[in-house]
Amino acid sequence: MADATLHAGPRGPKPKRAFSRANIFIYGTLLLVSIYYLLPLYVMIVTSLKGMPEIRMGNVFGPPMDVTFEPWVKAWSEACTGINCDGLSRGFWNSVNILIPSVILSIGIASVNGYALSNWKFKGSEVFFTILIIGAFIPYQTMLYPIVILLREIGLMGELSGLVLVHTIFGMPILTLLFRNYFASVPEELFKAARVDGAGFWRIYFQIMLPMALPIFVVAIILQVTGIWNDFLFGVIYTKPATYPMTVQLNNIVNSVQGVKEYNVNMAATLLTGLVPLIIYFASGKLFVRGIAAGAVKG
Amino acid sequence: MTTTLAPSQARPAKRPVRLFRHLMSKVALIPMILTALVVFVGGTAWTVVHSFTNSRLLPRLEFIGFDQYERLWSTARWIVSIQNLALYGFLSMILSLVIGFTLAALLDRKIRFEGAFRSIFLCPFALSFVVTGVAWQWILNPDFGLQNLVRGWGWESFAFNPLNDPDTVMFGLLIAGIWQGSGLIMCIMLAGLRGIDEDIWKAARVDGIGTVKTYVRIIIPMMRPVFVTALVLIASGIIKLYDLVVAQTNGGPGISSEVPAKYVIDYMFRAQNLGQGFAASTMMLVSVLIILVPWAYLEFGGKKRG
Repeated sequence: MADATLHAGPRGPKPKRAFSRANIFIYGTLLLVSIYYLLPLYVMIVTSLKGMPEIRMGNVFGPPMDVTFEPWVKAWSEACTGINCDGLSRGFWNSVNILIPSVILSIGIASVNGYALSNWKFKGSEVFFTILIIGAFIPYQTMLYPIVILLREIGLMGELSGLVLVHTIFGMPILTLLFRNYFASVPEELFKAARVDGAGFWRIYFQIMLPMALPIFVVAIILQVTGIWNDFLFGVIYTKPATYPMTVQLNNIVNSVQGVKEYNVNMAATLLTGLVPLIIYFASGKLFVRGIAAGAVKG
Repeated sequence: MTTTLAPSQARPAKRPVRLFRHLMSKVALIPMILTALVVFVGGTAWTVVHSFTNSRLLPRLEFIGFDQYERLWSTARWIVSIQNLALYGFLSMILSLVIGFTLAALLDRKIRFEGAFRSIFLCPFALSFVVTGVAWQWILNPDFGLQNLVRGWGWESFAFNPLNDPDTVMFGLLIAGIWQGSGLIMCIMLAGLRGIDEDIWKAARVDGIGTVKTYVRIIIPMMRPVFVTALVLIASGIIKLYDLVVAQTNGGPGISSEVPAKYVIDYMFRAQNLGQGFAASTMMLVSVLIILVPWAYLEFGGKKRG
């Protein structure tokens, strides 16, 4: 017995040399590619910290010689879009005011949808669900104008609440799918036991399903926060200048034709707009990947 | 006996009540049903119907047959948009798949710092297309960006100015688009690679098959479903291409980087030519159906039989 273990030698794979040719190739390639992925972020940061004279002289990749935070202040509170000169702060708060109700409403409705579709099936429920999923693949362009009419009819065109409704509608297919699949994996006995005990539709949802579905809620929140914050198309069509979300305002600041281009302010504004999803990304880690893997079906 | 019979006899009379079975579930699904029927089905049908009218500032139901489509296909801007999208779509499919798979394969070689590399590659995906477009517009700026940098190194005649050249502007967009989206493809590929049995690798090693050959001949064919998912994902992203173009080039120089989604929105909301916009968006819908129907048939039609 002892003999056998002695002869077996060390277990596990042969330790590799750290600088084998394969390793140099792998790490070299990965590092090179990393430059491509990191460069824009780096350039944005250094540009936003330079003054305009330095930008005109030096190269974009050089670190700032005199670090100044003025571009950030200017981007936040002074940059002009058309006649409004109160900076990106307006767009930021618009985006926040769009984001919070949209996330709550879309996830609330979609989770109830998913729950009803997996536990309270009725004749035709699957048909409606299939239509909803097919709808996710229809180009938004074909539905843009009918929604304009719809919003006009109910008096929400150009209002923040109108945009909230649009986000709720277009977030519904993927979120409903997400919750339906999750609730379908919950053991049916649990649901049946609750029914035997006399619990109804809402009671089972709030007391049993909701507490169990917390992880999927987090995934849904990540998906929606990044998706809605990054939206440009709906924002530009269904709002007016006073209610522009941050992405639309950023585009207007950077691509406005009037005035001298202030690249440092533009880059500060760009970073400010990207900050929220970036924070979500780095804070959520693996859950973000789960969120986008779920959103991968979005179409 | 009689007591058990009574309810079963009464059942036919109770049938109308079926409508109220799971009533609360039906009530709760009203928003979903409305979305599916009114917005998705109704909205799409409305647009298709109105694409056959001469609506301009306001939608009107004066049918003019296929006139809008004839006008559409004889408009230079639409033709350029289609060509641009075809070029961008083809290249971004190939590049995303190649880059995504290569990065995933490299990360799958049991390397150190895998998590760090993955975070770096996926990071741009968290950013919006507007941010992406604006950032790359700055880097590709001829006076301050890459071109200026290389010239500063002493190569005075170096020219890299894709965004101001009608022939290469789509490549400028492509660089940005790949930067933003390839991390997602890498993630999907990596998940696919992790799903492959370790024994396959052992068997290949025993048979003396090289690493690259194993990937090409064994692993990639095994990952067919993953590639299909990735392709559908890339394709549906391509057709939506709009924000990036608006932020990075706004269709210019001239009309050389126009895309169909932008055509639709410009005609509907800027040029006040609703009919043209509806016709163009119907064409987009048709092209999606051409791509999607065979895929859905292969994907879901096959499952039912199997």
